[in-house]
Amino acid sequence: MNHTDGTFIDVLQFLILGIQRGSIYAMVAMGFNMIYNATGIINFAQGEFVVLGGLMMVTLTMAFNLSIVFSFILTVLFVIVVGILMERLTINPVKHPTVLRLIIITIAVSIIIKGVAMCFWGKGSHYMRHFSGTAPLEFFGATILPQTLWIFAILFFVVIAYIIFFNYTMTGKCMRACAINRDAARLAGINDRKMVMLSFALSAGIGAIAGIIITPIIQMDYARGAMLGLKGFGAAVLGGLGNSMGAVVAGVLLGVLEALGAGYISSHYMDAIALVILLFVLFIRPSGILGSSEAMRLKEF
Amino acid sequence: MSNSILELQLLRKNFGGVVAVSDLSLDIEKGSITSLIGPNGAGKTTIFNLVTGFLHPSSGHIRFAGRVLNKIKPHTIAAIGIGRTFQNVQIFPKMSVIENIMVGRHLRSRAGIFYSSILPPFLRNEEKLIRAAAEKQLTFLELEQYAHVPAGGLPLGNQRMLEIARALAIEPKLLLLDEPASGLNARETIAMGELIEKIKQMNITVLLVEHDMELVMDISDHVAVINFGRLIAEGSPAEIQENDDVIAAYLGE
Amino acid sequence: MKGKNSAGFFALVISIIAIPFIITNDYYIGVLVFAAFNCLACIGLCLLMGYAGQISIGHGAFVAIGAYTSGILTSKLAWSPWLAMLCGVLIVIVVAFSLGIPALRLKGHYLAMATLGFASIVHIVAVAAVDLTGGPSGIVNIPRLDLFGYVLNSDTQYYYFSWSVVALAVFIAFNLVNSRVGRGLQAIHGSEDAASSLGINITSYKVQIFILSAVFSSISGSLYAYYMNYIDPGPFGVMHSVLLVTMVAVGGLHNIWGALIGAIALSLLPEFLSFLSDYLQVLGIHYQPDYDTLVYGSILLIIMLFLPEGIFDGLASTLRGSKSFYGKLAGRRTGRVQ
Repeated sequence: MNHTDGTFIDVLQFLILGIQRGSIYAMVAMGFNMIYNATGIINFAQGEFVVLGGLMMVTLTMAFNLSIVFSFILTVLFVIVVGILMERLTINPVKHPTVLRLIIITIAVSIIIKGVAMCFWGKGSHYMRHFSGTAPLEFFGATILPQTLWIFAILFFVVIAYIIFFNYTMTGKCMRACAINRDAARLAGINDRKMVMLSFALSAGIGAIAGIIITPIIQMDYARGAMLGLKGFGAAVLGGLGNSMGAVVAGVLLGVLEALGAGYISSHYMDAIALVILLFVLFIRPSGILGSSEAMRLKEF
Repeated sequence: MSNSILELQLLRKNFGGVVAVSDLSLDIEKGSITSLIGPNGAGKTTIFNLVTGFLHPSSGHIRFAGRVLNKIKPHTIAAIGIGRTFQNVQIFPKMSVIENIMVGRHLRSRAGIFYSSILPPFLRNEEKLIRAAAEKQLTFLELEQYAHVPAGGLPLGNQRMLEIARALAIEPKLLLLDEPASGLNARETIAMGELIEKIKQMNITVLLVEHDMELVMDISDHVAVINFGRLIAEGSPAEIQENDDVIAAYLGE
Repeated sequence: MKGKNSAGFFALVISIIAIPFIITNDYYIGVLVFAAFNCLACIGLCLLMGYAGQISIGHGAFVAIGAYTSGILTSKLAWSPWLAMLCGVLIVIVVAFSLGIPALRLKGHYLAMATLGFASIVHIVAVAAVDLTGGPSGIVNIPRLDLFGYVLNSDTQYYYFSWSVVALAVFIAFNLVNSRVGRGLQAIHGSEDAASSLGINITSYKVQIFILSAVFSSISGSLYAYYMNYIDPGPFGVMHSVLLVTMVAVGGLHNIWGALIGAIALSLLPEFLSFLSDYLQVLGIHYQPDYDTLVYGSILLIIMLFLPEGIFDGLASTLRGSKSFYGKLAGRRTGRVQ
């Protein structure tokens, strides 16, 4: 194998790693966007949904020995219930919301979820078996884990489901209407409070899926939520807040940049790379690289 | 011409593809009460925002006392001598009424963050002056009994009065009032009219946006009618009331 | 300062002086020293969040920068602790200025995320820049602070010193909020448009108060380093920034006393909980310090849902409510109409 091939394989390996990480950021970002579109709230507990999904899956598959598919469904349902409870108990009752208060409320929820996760699952990180073994496959000289393929496939599936839901179902269209103009949607007879609840449910569900599929690779622990949330938010901003297809592209891009940065600059600062990009985007162009600044202004941020 | 305090010259503002103000020219005479009228969405508030620096013109010029205001920020424009109120009242709800007005003395005092923190003796004097000036405005607007009430608790009529008192506290040469009578009852509207005339007597030029035609015709020296961002007529209240274009614009709305 | 606030300040000073005579246990004095550090950071954060209305979930980073600058300069370069603390303040001013200029143009959620991201980056650097910060193992041999050549050796001495700094900070904060600048900040919180229409330079004010609050945090970090004589990245994670926000929010955003009460209450909470755990043990509940996070979160959530103005305002309005209730009763008795 000559030197050029080695470089190519390295780059390919980093790309695979990057897209794998990025898929998770993309899904976290989609979760952010759903709640943001329905309410204008940034849910600081978004990363906690991911953690909860991962840890619940660990328990169901490893401790209760349930099948992957069954555990998958149960876990997603469980986290959706948590999302609904969060909306019903902490967002819905707030009569005079200010941005500051809502931010602190979602932070409080994230601390509580983190606290509960620590009580139940402890401080250690948890191993979970891969969906279909750990024998690596070869791909143009680079190696790829079957779990990575699962992650790509599930992201693809989530994106397709997302597009179908928001474009071809009545409920999805109602949610979009609420996102564009809540008052007009309400006048048209859409129950906007229900849409808010639904957005938390879906957002929690996507978070759970992200947690489930990444846990075999990263080994989940209770404290990962903040960093996952921040990077996911980075992807959401990079893609233009509220724009979920932008978020998918941005999430993958962020993951790739992070993997390349970790490979070629410094692995110690890997986590900082996505954050520096986040700050950079916020400072230079808060409407996102892929978002339009006009739409941004309409959102009154 | 030489007697005008504010000159708008071919003023234009585009939002994306929408033209909010279209090549509008207008002179505001010093010491007058000039009213901008026109249907909703005609661009009146946009003109206010252009003059006070909250928006910057796409083309054309704004001259205030000979100085071009095109790219100047709102706080500097306030310092140059233009005060304003807002269509949806923008008082500071958690501060008391007197504190609201004291904020208006910002430009007439100079204590910075350092001196404010350690409170040297000369600052106490400045603080007294600020308070005295604010009390004077309060008396002028007859709001004394509310001095220490949180401003957010006042009825709308008093909130509008307070907003004007606060704008007067900066001692402006030109005062822009954005629908000061909107939401007021008949009695409050009359009081508002009297107040605006009193402000004129203090040698402050008033530019008014208002939908209450009775009030406009009653107190204005000069009226400018705007539709779709264009000036369609201007003149004395009597002239405007007989202008066919104006009648068409209002009826055709 | 005047009226109720100067009475409150007097009470604060008296309490500061009296407490070591009542609590003689060094451990609890030590806990109060930590409370003082949090109070200092929270007073600054309260000026920023409660008065100017700008959220920051990144002030833990300024505490860290203060602590690390002090730690590095004194232990590795043998600087005087005072000079190192001053240097920390200067660095924090530069950092807060560079961060504040672009960040404070952002609002609400964006500002919160930007500051949270910043805090995260500082923590990552503290862990990863091993040559500078000692990495995960941290910095040892940080000297104690001396006052006019007299080293503050005992916990009680350090207690008096750090609480004097807090009293000074309270004094500064109250002067500030009742001044031209303080009114300007509250005006920005109330309506940015109205504030700028009155001649207030919003950007400049926001950046100035951001820097001032960061300086409070930096000093708190330096004092922490001199008290512990040892620092590592552990306490300076994102959670510390969140905790500072929690303290300010629980006590009451819109009042300096609120921030002070919130900081003291949450600093003492772990002690209270471990004290309580003995009783819970009797009831068959095995309380562990690990549950603290959960308790913090629950308190924060309950306060935000039911007392959004914080404990201080909650108490104050309850008192005011009962007073006006009695006032009404008295008024009715004498036949006065209000």
